[in-house]
Amino acid sequence: MTLAGWFQIIIFVPVAVLTAWPLGRFAAAVFEGRVTFLKPVEIGFYRLAGINESREQGWLGYTFAVLAFNAAGFALLYAILRLQGVLLINPQGFVGVEPALAFNTAVSFTTNTNWQAYGGETTLTHFAQMAGLTTQNFVSAATGIAVAIALTRAFARSTAQTVGNFWVDLTRSTLYLLLPLALVVALALVWLGVPQTLDGSFAAQTLEGAQQVIAVGPAASQVAIKQLGTNGGGFFNVNSAHPLENPTYWTNWLQIWAIVVIPLALAITFGRMIRREREGAALLAVMALFLLVGCGIVYALESAGNPIIQSLGVIGGNMEGKEVRFGEIMSSVWAVFTTGASNGAVNAMHDSFTPLGGLVPMFLMQLGEILPGGVGSGLYGILLFTILSVFIAGLMVGRTPEYLGKKIEAKEVKMAMLAVLVMPLFILGFTAVSAILPGTLASIQDAGPHGLSEILYAFTSGAGNNGSAFAGFNANTPWYNTTIGLSMLFGRFAIIVPVMMVAGALVAKPRLAASQGTFPTHGPLFIGLLAGVILIFGGLQFFPALALGPIVEHFMMLARITF
Amino acid sequence: MSKHQSHASPAISGDLIGRAFGDAFRKLDPRQLVRNPVIFVTEIVALLVTVLFVRDLIAGAPAWFSGQIAAWLWFTVLFANLAEAVAEGRGRAQADTLRRSRTETMAKWLYDPERKELHKLVPAIELEVGDVVLVEAGDLIPSDGEVIEGIASVNEAAITGESAPVIRESGGDRSAVTGGTTVVSDWLVVKITAGAGSSFLDRMIALVEGAERQKTPNEIALNILLVGMTIVFLVAVVTLAGLGAYSGADLSVPVLVALLVTLIPTTIGGLLSAIGIAGMDRLLKFNVLAMSGRAVEASGDVDTLLLDKTGTITFGNRMAAEFIAVPGVSEREIVEAAVLSSLADETAEGRSILALAADRYGQRSPEVGPAGAEFIAFSATTRLSGVDVGGRRLRKGAVDAVLKFAQGENPRQPFQAPAAFTAAVERIARSGGTPLGLADGSRILGVIHLKDVVKPEIKERFAQLRRMGIRTVMVTGDNPVTAAAIAGEAGVDDFIAEATPQDKLNYIRKEQASGRLVAMCGDGTNDAPALAQADVGVAMQSGTQAAREAGNMVDLDSDPTKLIEVVGIGKQLLMTRGSLTTFSIANDVAKYFAIIPALFVVALPQLGALNVMGLSTPESAILSAVIFNALIIIALIPLALKGVAYRPLGAASLLRRNLALYGLGGLVVPFVGIKLIDLAVSALRLA
Repeated sequence: MTLAGWFQIIIFVPVAVLTAWPLGRFAAAVFEGRVTFLKPVEIGFYRLAGINESREQGWLGYTFAVLAFNAAGFALLYAILRLQGVLLINPQGFVGVEPALAFNTAVSFTTNTNWQAYGGETTLTHFAQMAGLTTQNFVSAATGIAVAIALTRAFARSTAQTVGNFWVDLTRSTLYLLLPLALVVALALVWLGVPQTLDGSFAAQTLEGAQQVIAVGPAASQVAIKQLGTNGGGFFNVNSAHPLENPTYWTNWLQIWAIVVIPLALAITFGRMIRREREGAALLAVMALFLLVGCGIVYALESAGNPIIQSLGVIGGNMEGKEVRFGEIMSSVWAVFTTGASNGAVNAMHDSFTPLGGLVPMFLMQLGEILPGGVGSGLYGILLFTILSVFIAGLMVGRTPEYLGKKIEAKEVKMAMLAVLVMPLFILGFTAVSAILPGTLASIQDAGPHGLSEILYAFTSGAGNNGSAFAGFNANTPWYNTTIGLSMLFGRFAIIVPVMMVAGALVAKPRLAASQGTFPTHGPLFIGLLAGVILIFGGLQFFPALALGPIVEHFMMLARITF
Repeated sequence: MSKHQSHASPAISGDLIGRAFGDAFRKLDPRQLVRNPVIFVTEIVALLVTVLFVRDLIAGAPAWFSGQIAAWLWFTVLFANLAEAVAEGRGRAQADTLRRSRTETMAKWLYDPERKELHKLVPAIELEVGDVVLVEAGDLIPSDGEVIEGIASVNEAAITGESAPVIRESGGDRSAVTGGTTVVSDWLVVKITAGAGSSFLDRMIALVEGAERQKTPNEIALNILLVGMTIVFLVAVVTLAGLGAYSGADLSVPVLVALLVTLIPTTIGGLLSAIGIAGMDRLLKFNVLAMSGRAVEASGDVDTLLLDKTGTITFGNRMAAEFIAVPGVSEREIVEAAVLSSLADETAEGRSILALAADRYGQRSPEVGPAGAEFIAFSATTRLSGVDVGGRRLRKGAVDAVLKFAQGENPRQPFQAPAAFTAAVERIARSGGTPLGLADGSRILGVIHLKDVVKPEIKERFAQLRRMGIRTVMVTGDNPVTAAAIAGEAGVDDFIAEATPQDKLNYIRKEQASGRLVAMCGDGTNDAPALAQADVGVAMQSGTQAAREAGNMVDLDSDPTKLIEVVGIGKQLLMTRGSLTTFSIANDVAKYFAIIPALFVVALPQLGALNVMGLSTPESAILSAVIFNALIIIALIPLALKGVAYRPLGAASLLRRNLALYGLGGLVVPFVGIKLIDLAVSALRLA
């Protein structure tokens, strides 16, 4: 623990928040149709697809478009993976991916999870990577943003019928947000030393004089969208721990920034579009608060280190599984940001964190990936918790609950609870079954509570659409490919559908005027309340499972018990 | 307030509690309990643990612990039932009285309405809508209806608790009669407007009993939240069996059930319906009958109150506020003249002149009038009143009438009203008051300033309402000048002058279009559209049938001031519900810390570190959490029935206060409570 370490946390979170602010305003202008510098391109796409961009959709039409688009994307990706052996650009001569793995991978990329049960370099052809995976890196992110914008419009409009046009939102978020940002970040990464080449590899002579083949490729472009779209699927197998994917201190900060900037910005976009920027700022504050506290806890634990190892004479913090060039501080911040934001890219192995240091990233995912969450999915996720907070505590001011002038009634509560139910059902349900089926326990690397943590982390990562893994866990088995695949699928769409139903119910309601008697939904009190409700509704149900995994492991570590 | 003779729900007496205990057991019937999903789940698992207990007992296995868990689970269910039963019991005694009057009444049915002398006795419950009945002195009015002929005084004490009879007559705004009330004198011909089971009395019976109580929209939504939480914790507890197996912990069913029941929101689940019934009951005690729970909730949401000026904001009568003498007339002289001219004046204005003279000017009015005085009563043609005594001809009245009188006293002299007089009259008119001229023969003495007196405490009330975010709008038939003056004095936010029913309706529509909820009260038939349009429409019991049908609340005392209290009651109901929900949910944190270490103490002794309360044994920890969970329901019943303390504050300060009290309190209280129970349990060697 060093002063410089704390200083970096205290500087970096506000920097991310401050840069998100103008981006959020810009995004609001994009979705309100006030940004037009690529209008001809935009119109060209609409004409090609036969879309009338001026015709808006109701919530049902919008949802149908989301699901149809994603189903088609899934089918296409699944087909590419199965047939990659006979398709284009297959110099390595890979065969088609087997069904369970193809299902898992296709789901993983359409749901913005990027859980990688396969080994990239050894399984997939260049064509499958480029045409299949990279496409989904963009459009799955754009899908999330579109749903969040539809929900935002539901709050912004009064007694309306439509929530926007999915195809327009999809096109605009790709064209005006993801592509330009990806371009800038990719160029910056190239400048900072990340390779961007179509060559496959080159040979180098090491200091010892040995020959080493070093794999390169179009990494910078892929890394940029992997971070910006909260996808997380790395170019190299060890992801951003790889010295070419994330070579320096500065590429590391740039990538961390790229992970959270869009999710944070969308909170501001929300405030902008409902014409009450303070409300968006309150959501942003809750997100930043959790990031700040999470970074602090993980950094404190990781730099305090493991007493068992220290008793062996190894001085200092816990450096197992961490890159020396990143140290405890940048590994801790990355771990919190990548799990808080549903990204899943890693620059250190979370499996090797101290028990409680590993608990924090896991818990951030279990809270529903809303702090700040995935692009779009973070915003609509935190809005569901806001609806619950307002519903419970709003009554305490003596009015029936309302948020931003919209009455929160049975329908909204039902849909929010359905969405809240998804996480415990899939995480705890599949973890419990996996923990007692004898065949499934073979995937675990470690005995004792840490083994349970590995299973728990895998399903948490899947249901939360995060995609990071507790390394050491073998997920490429039919059981895990199928169950984690289902977790990802439901963790995405079993939340999107209720969110769209909430949007449909809210958009039709009148927007009531605010008064002195209206429940205040900005300011420190509400920020604290929302944080509390997120912890209690999103987190409390995981307490028993966490007690049996990381928490007991922590106490065992203190008692010097090893396995 | 003393006027509101309540339908007093009996205070919680021994008798009531005894009956409620009986009801609590009757409510164990799962068919009835399924309406309350959280408590229903508790009952199911209580049954499960009981079966296991009996199995252990028969098998000779140690059963003491599971037996105690089972017992406390049943107590949890019973306590929840008891809360509802006590709340319902408070209205039941009154419902019984009301029902008796409903069933035993015989009606004089006019089978040929043209011929009043021909009638047939039929039971009241057989009457149909459109039937015409005759009600004579001493008869109970058989059902709700419209008076089509006659005038009578009616005792409505059965409904309103007010024993002074009221006049009911055909035509106009006093034509509605209510079943169950008694005609005291004269007779009425009534056309029945309510069928069997749907009369005002029937609705009142159903409401006070709470039997037909429909869940309100917010209650339905809250129930969904509670069901959702129950499912979430069901998942957490069921999966814990699998996770525990991995960790080598053998978790028995009773302890898992104990964990489940302490985590699911039994506290609010058990108290929710009691809170709702108690809220309706508080309104009823206040002599306001809400036609639906939705209306009670809506009253908490009101942003704009439309208040009638007369009776609500002002006392309703103009009162003398000042005597202004013209130059050359002494104050003493004008006060004396005013008193003399008003001695026999029985109008409110006249009495207020005497009161003002006595209070402000120390001029006591004589016990008897001066000898030989001839009093002139007010008449609509002269618009003057006064006295002739000892050759003086004192007159007071409308300014132009007084001027005309003074001129007429001495027709040969050119008459000129004193400039000071004209100025005073103008000043009074501008301020919204009424000037009353005073003359002694042809000599103008001065002006009496009559004022619409604003109730002294009303300005503070409106300030409170404003702090709560509620706008007040005064509705009056006065001209804009007068209205503006009174509005300024009373501190209302807006006013509608020269208001017609159409104006009211338009105003309500305008407020609603800008996203506000509006409450109003009214009595006349022409108020019906506005009452129906308003989000909360309080109809006066004395009003017409049309008005009563249009409103969603009826004020049995016909007191428009109560609109303000109705809003408060609605808010208090919602606050109670929210506070107890928050409390219930916040409780869960402590229960985890009690139970989780206890569950795994054998397999994973290191988790003992989470036993922050230092509970004595694992069994005691689990039992204490379950006991706390049951007892907290009982402990909170009084709060649920009484409602949380309500203060007219803005939302931000209310939230801060209640969040600290019930949110933080909900976190802390169970830590203390469970620890204390644990001490007791281990002292008694229960576990």
